Amino acid sequence: MSNQLVIRNALPADLDAIISLDRTTPDADKPDYWRGIFEHYVVKGRADRIFLVAEKRGTVIGFIVGEVRAWEFGSPPCGWVFALAVSPDAREHGTGKRMWDEICRRLKKTGVTTVRTMANLDQKLTLSFLRAMGLRTGRYIELEKQLD
Amino acid sequence: MKLNKASLLGLIAVLELADDPEQQLSTTDIAEKYDISTHHLAKVMRNLVHKGVVQAMRGVGGGYRFAGNPNRTTLLDIIQLFETMESELDLPHWSKAADPIISELQSITNEIDDVTKAILETITLSAALKNMHLRSEATKNNGASS
Ligand SMILES: CC(C)(COP(=O)(O)OP(=O)(O)OC[C@H]1O[C@@H](n2cnc3c(N)ncnc32)[C@H](O)[C@@H]1OP(=O)(O)O)[C@@H](O)C(=O)NCCC(=O)NCCS
Repeated sequence: MSNQLVIRNALPADLDAIISLDRTTPDADKPDYWRGIFEHYVVKGRADRIFLVAEKRGTVIGFIVGEVRAWEFGSPPCGWVFALAVSPDAREHGTGKRMWDEICRRLKKTGVTTVRTMANLDQKLTLSFLRAMGLRTGRYIELEKQLD
Repeated sequence: MKLNKASLLGLIAVLELADDPEQQLSTTDIAEKYDISTHHLAKVMRNLVHKGVVQAMRGVGGGYRFAGNPNRTTLLDIIQLFETMESELDLPHWSKAADPIISELQSITNEIDDVTKAILETITLSAALKNMHLRSEATKNNGASS
């Protein structure tokens, strides 16, 4: 068991750890969502679907999930990172950055040159982290409307 | 977005000081380096001290030192010491007939202000300084290779 931080592909056995980690974020509890994501990104893994975990002393302390999406909204293939979390007591030790760098490295290997993500305006912590990773406002604007 | 002069001077002073939290600089040092008015800057520095962002050091070699955490202080924190960042519709008075237009314009400027604030609120001084250094490096390297 390594004391070093290891960034590795998620395994089916990591599902419960991911569900627990997700409970530490401001988002709603959603175990069924994670079961579905695991089915697609871990069990039937593909090179362009990436689910990584950060592990220290045998414990999963973080995860990041992304994939290549092509021609959504007319955009040429690009990387999307759509979930990211580090356990609250393990934050600010560089784990988020290590996972971010690794997923970007893997995305780049598939041939894409851009990575995108989205975060709620209220999630200042996530936004500060993403800014620190060098992300800027992109060329696509998210618009929305309440359906009456 | 148009930053007022005090915010701009505040950002210059704070970024300069936060770039090396050990350094102590006087108003004149900063004003000379950036070719800005000492008089305006002195007022801004007093405000920054009052708000606890910088510390005035006494004694020989006095001057100011950055007193915050560059990883937690955001650009918006500094700007909001000097202005509110709310767009204003510069119409001193209007008749009732303009109300629907003003309401619509206000809802649009609110939308713009929310995004502007969200950007400024998530760029820490450290992140801004890092980008500045990367940009200067890139400019230097481009200059060297051309
Ligand atoms: C965002 C998050 C992943 C960052 O993970 P982390 O391991 O703490 O990040 P790192 O230690 O690698 O930090 C990298 C950089 O991000 C920035 N950063 C991290 N935490 C920050 C904070 N609290 N305030 C400001 N900037 C911060 C810093 O610039 C830092 O660089 P530095 O260490 O050189 O200062 C973590 O805070 C988190 O899980 N937040 C909740 C995420 C969430 O809600 N997810 C649900 C949606 S999927």
